[in-house]
Amino acid sequence: MDQDDVIWGIIKNSFCSFKVQTDSTQLCRNEYNLTGLCNRTACPLANSQYATVREDKGILYLYKKTAERSMYPRKQWEKIKLSRNYEKAVYQLNEELLFWPGHIKSKCKQRFKRLTQCLIKMRKLKLGRQKKLIPLQRKIERRIKRREDKALIAARLENAIEKELVDRLKKGVYGDMYNIPLQAFDNALRAEERESDLQEITEEENEVVEEEIEDEDVSEDEFTDDSDLDSEKELEVEDDFIPSEEEIENLSLPSTSEKSRRKKQRKENVEIEYEMD
Amino acid sequence: MGDSLKAIKKTEARRSLGDTLLPAIDRKKTKHALRQENMKRLKQKDKDKKARRKSRRDEGAPALIPKTIESLRESDSTILNNVVDEDVIEEINCDLDEDEFSSYFRKEYEPRVLITFSEKPIKPSRRFAAQLCKIIPNCSRIGRKNTSIKSIVADAIKKRFTDVIVINEDRFEPNGLLLIHLPEGPTAYFRLSNVQTANKKQMKELTSHQPEVILNNFNTRLGQTVGRMLGSVFHYQPEFKGRRVITFHNQRDYIFFRHHRYKFLKGKAALREMGPRFTLKLQSVQRGTFDSKCGEYDWTIFGKRHEMETTRRRFFL
Repeated sequence: MDQDDVIWGIIKNSFCSFKVQTDSTQLCRNEYNLTGLCNRTACPLANSQYATVREDKGILYLYKKTAERSMYPRKQWEKIKLSRNYEKAVYQLNEELLFWPGHIKSKCKQRFKRLTQCLIKMRKLKLGRQKKLIPLQRKIERRIKRREDKALIAARLENAIEKELVDRLKKGVYGDMYNIPLQAFDNALRAEERESDLQEITEEENEVVEEEIEDEDVSEDEFTDDSDLDSEKELEVEDDFIPSEEEIENLSLPSTSEKSRRKKQRKENVEIEYEMD
Repeated sequence: MGDSLKAIKKTEARRSLGDTLLPAIDRKKTKHALRQENMKRLKQKDKDKKARRKSRRDEGAPALIPKTIESLRESDSTILNNVVDEDVIEEINCDLDEDEFSSYFRKEYEPRVLITFSEKPIKPSRRFAAQLCKIIPNCSRIGRKNTSIKSIVADAIKKRFTDVIVINEDRFEPNGLLLIHLPEGPTAYFRLSNVQTANKKQMKELTSHQPEVILNNFNTRLGQTVGRMLGSVFHYQPEFKGRRVITFHNQRDYIFFRHHRYKFLKGKAALREMGPRFTLKLQSVQRGTFDSKCGEYDWTIFGKRHEMETTRRRFFL
């Protein structure tokens, strides 16, 4: 028709607000466009006889436009609801577009098929599990992080863990595993008590005590004296601090005045070392 | 010059009012002066405090309790240490005997743990999970592609798993940990932060002994549940020979996870960290297994932050 040619002449050569220019092709943004391309046959504006399939809220409709309707822009498009049954809908399309040009018919069917597939997929996605995105407020996140840092400092984790472990040891959770050291600990305590009245102890008694202590294992004697140790720094100090066998014997031995003097010296040394650390 | 002027003005003022002095004019103090004053005041305050402390010590009075967030904690009726009423204690014990973890504490089953991720886990998450898998005895991990958590839970129940851990991630780091106890729940969701995986050296030292577990500071009823939940992931029979200890330490509602080897030296415990370490913060506890749509929440902070976070001194665990 003449009018159509006039419209197309304008659209093609000057301006159309639906036209999108890409590198390779020209596309059309009009909602009623059947193929999405901008050409003479697919233009919904420059064709007085035109049909397309559109989806509205999950239901597919066939839109038809004829030359007779062009006088009434409001009634321009005839809207026909398509059945939800695929085969019935195809039959409907065949019936409605019986004497229409072949390319419109086939393109309508193609579009109908594609839209049905899209709807099926949409429903499937909606029914399945979905990810929910939760906005994170930056200020709150920052606050939580800062509080975490402070809580970590307040927790003094290593101390707490050490304390708990020692409690367990004292409760006897570990059973026989660390039994021997505890005995040694008691022995050492007893030895210290005796130390207080050093001068009264005769040499015979000393020998008895010596024998007792020689029986014990070396590692047990590590329990002898650690009251000065600060648990926080213990790990660092540890290596220097494990006294050799000889030293330990001296530490726990109530003996002559010379030995005790040596012991005193050593104790002082220990303290200084610790402070330096 | 200025001084002489001032003096003249002063004498004039005196003359006009006889011998009565006018009040000094309130000049604006310089910033420096203000700062000086402030410093002086603070110093004096400090001195006073020290003096008071000294006098107290001289009197032989016990030291005061320092004001920390912990000591000023808002009292909560469910804090277990505060419960004096014997009936309540009995009730709590009854509760504990009947909850979902009681059978674990009665040593009726050995825990089996399944670890999974979000859809396409990134490397840090996978490494983290791998290390968790080595630490937790009787543990296996699978990648779940598009499987829902619900179907994984159903499968895990069939295969006799007792716990499922799901590690969530965001912005290329693990940020959430979902712990589901099977077969009947509960489900806890934790915010996961500060994840530091163990290095190669630490992993080499790792032995396959079952570790012992320390649960520190889980004081309230809710805290107790969470503590039991976390504890029940590990085997109930620790092998002390391995000297491995795993700690969940709760401080101000942050649960710190640490993994150590220890050694008793001179009656004290020496620790060596094995890694990994991370921090958990409880977000929700759900009854039953995971169900985001119609699950029933025992406790949650989602959408209730304003009601629950009223002060800094209110803690729930």
